[in-house]
Amino acid sequence: MNEWLLQNPFAGIKDIIIAYSSLSVFYDPCTVKKNYPDFSTAYDAVKDKLNEAAGQASNYNIEQRHEIIDIPVCYDDKFGYDLNFIAEEKQLSKQDIIHLHTSRSYKVYMVGFLPGFAYMGKVDEQLIVSRKLRPQQVISGSVGITGSQTAIYPTTCPGGWHIIGRTPIKLFEPAAEIPIKLTLGAQVNFYPISEEEFNSILEQTPNR
Amino acid sequence: MSLSIIKPGVLDTIQDNGRPGFAKWGINPGGAMDVYASKVANMLVGNCAHEAVIEIHFPGPQILFEQNALIAITGADFSPTINDEILKPWQPVVVRRNTVLHFPKLQSGARCYIAVHGGICLKKWLNSYSTNLKAAAGGWFGRQLRKGDELSFKENTIYFAGLLNEAQNKRELPWQADSKKVYKHMHEILMIPGNEWNELTDSSKNIFLENNFIIHPSSDRMGYQLSGDSISLKNNFELISTGVSFGTVQLLPNGQMILLMADHQTTGGYPRIAHVISAHLPKLAQLRQSDCIHFIMTNIETAEKLLFEQQRDLQILQRSCTDHLNAIVC
Repeated sequence: MNEWLLQNPFAGIKDIIIAYSSLSVFYDPCTVKKNYPDFSTAYDAVKDKLNEAAGQASNYNIEQRHEIIDIPVCYDDKFGYDLNFIAEEKQLSKQDIIHLHTSRSYKVYMVGFLPGFAYMGKVDEQLIVSRKLRPQQVISGSVGITGSQTAIYPTTCPGGWHIIGRTPIKLFEPAAEIPIKLTLGAQVNFYPISEEEFNSILEQTPNR
Repeated sequence: MSLSIIKPGVLDTIQDNGRPGFAKWGINPGGAMDVYASKVANMLVGNCAHEAVIEIHFPGPQILFEQNALIAITGADFSPTINDEILKPWQPVVVRRNTVLHFPKLQSGARCYIAVHGGICLKKWLNSYSTNLKAAAGGWFGRQLRKGDELSFKENTIYFAGLLNEAQNKRELPWQADSKKVYKHMHEILMIPGNEWNELTDSSKNIFLENNFIIHPSSDRMGYQLSGDSISLKNNFELISTGVSFGTVQLLPNGQMILLMADHQTTGGYPRIAHVISAHLPKLAQLRQSDCIHFIMTNIETAEKLLFEQQRDLQILQRSCTDHLNAIVC
């Protein structure tokens, strides 16, 4: 439906937010009303357009993306400061957790919350933990898990996910043509690196 | 250089009408909290409605004009002065070079806008001048203004000197915007029900519509936390994250509400119980911590009617400002 709307935008459409199970469409009522004066409200005009989009979407072929992005993660206690908590909670060793997190590939189901924050799933059932009760300050690059989701914090901010490691890779670069690394539909693999490797990649990354 | 920040205010940022279209990257539209006031400021000085303006809060900055300028100040009233002479807000004014704009006293409102004729020289990020503080991008190096920042005007404004007598530091030009209609009944905020409105208990619906809610001190450009009687759902359920908007009222697990403002996150996982109508977002933007809000339910038809009226008034204002300015400059 998103693809169809992007190919066939209506006058006044401003933005589309795709989430796990919803699509939100934002529009400027003034422009919509001016372009579709036959409808009693701009809302009715948009509703009509979205009904059309929904009808068309079912026979619309979405190009499957096969892009695979490999993300190095240092799972040292220093970066993954919630590893001990999860190990105790889930009766797993830290090695088990790292193995479980890196042994499958994840799909980006949704981008939201913050610039470049990609919600990925699904993590192994043995790693399912609930959100922290109180959000804590999280350093950019931190890799977190909650529920069946995993994500990387692209910027330093308060967050409620349990942190298991950190990547030296930059996920958000405002000046780039596409400023985020993990876009909707991408496949992501994590692989473990040592602290030395972490630092050497970090040194090679400018302006971080 | 055209104007410089002698002393920064508590939060001075470059804003415009926002940056829609990039939610797919998690980048929210942002923009001025009070888009009506920022548009009017631009119109008064003959700019397009989407030029960059400076959004300030109280305590405001002290700004030195290093060249003559035609400026307009709209939004909140922080008693603006030029070299200690009082300026009328919502009216264009020519200011002489080497004068200082100052905001000594908070009279009313929360956010004030400064527009300069011709606009400010800045590079757009993703089609907008707005500062996205979280992304550290857009506006002035992606940050709030600091002491010593020197912002250039897009246009040479030397000819405005001819409008000032030798003894004058400033001169108000004889046209103004009437903003009373937009900010009438400041605390009465019209809303339409949100997707999860019907998940509320009947008594919670009554509380929401009959009680006042107080804007909590921790409120900012991201959102207003509202304190008041607790509101609850018929059944507790965990919502999957969905898109949210400027004006969305979310219900937190503790029964309190958060009203999302210009710098809100693109998605949220709390029940959306209401949405404030677009025409009333300027009022919301001018409410301050500890102010109260009284929600009034309306429908899409009325919401659109009010927005179209506001839009029509702005178009009339834009035309008349352009005519006035052409008559003076030619």
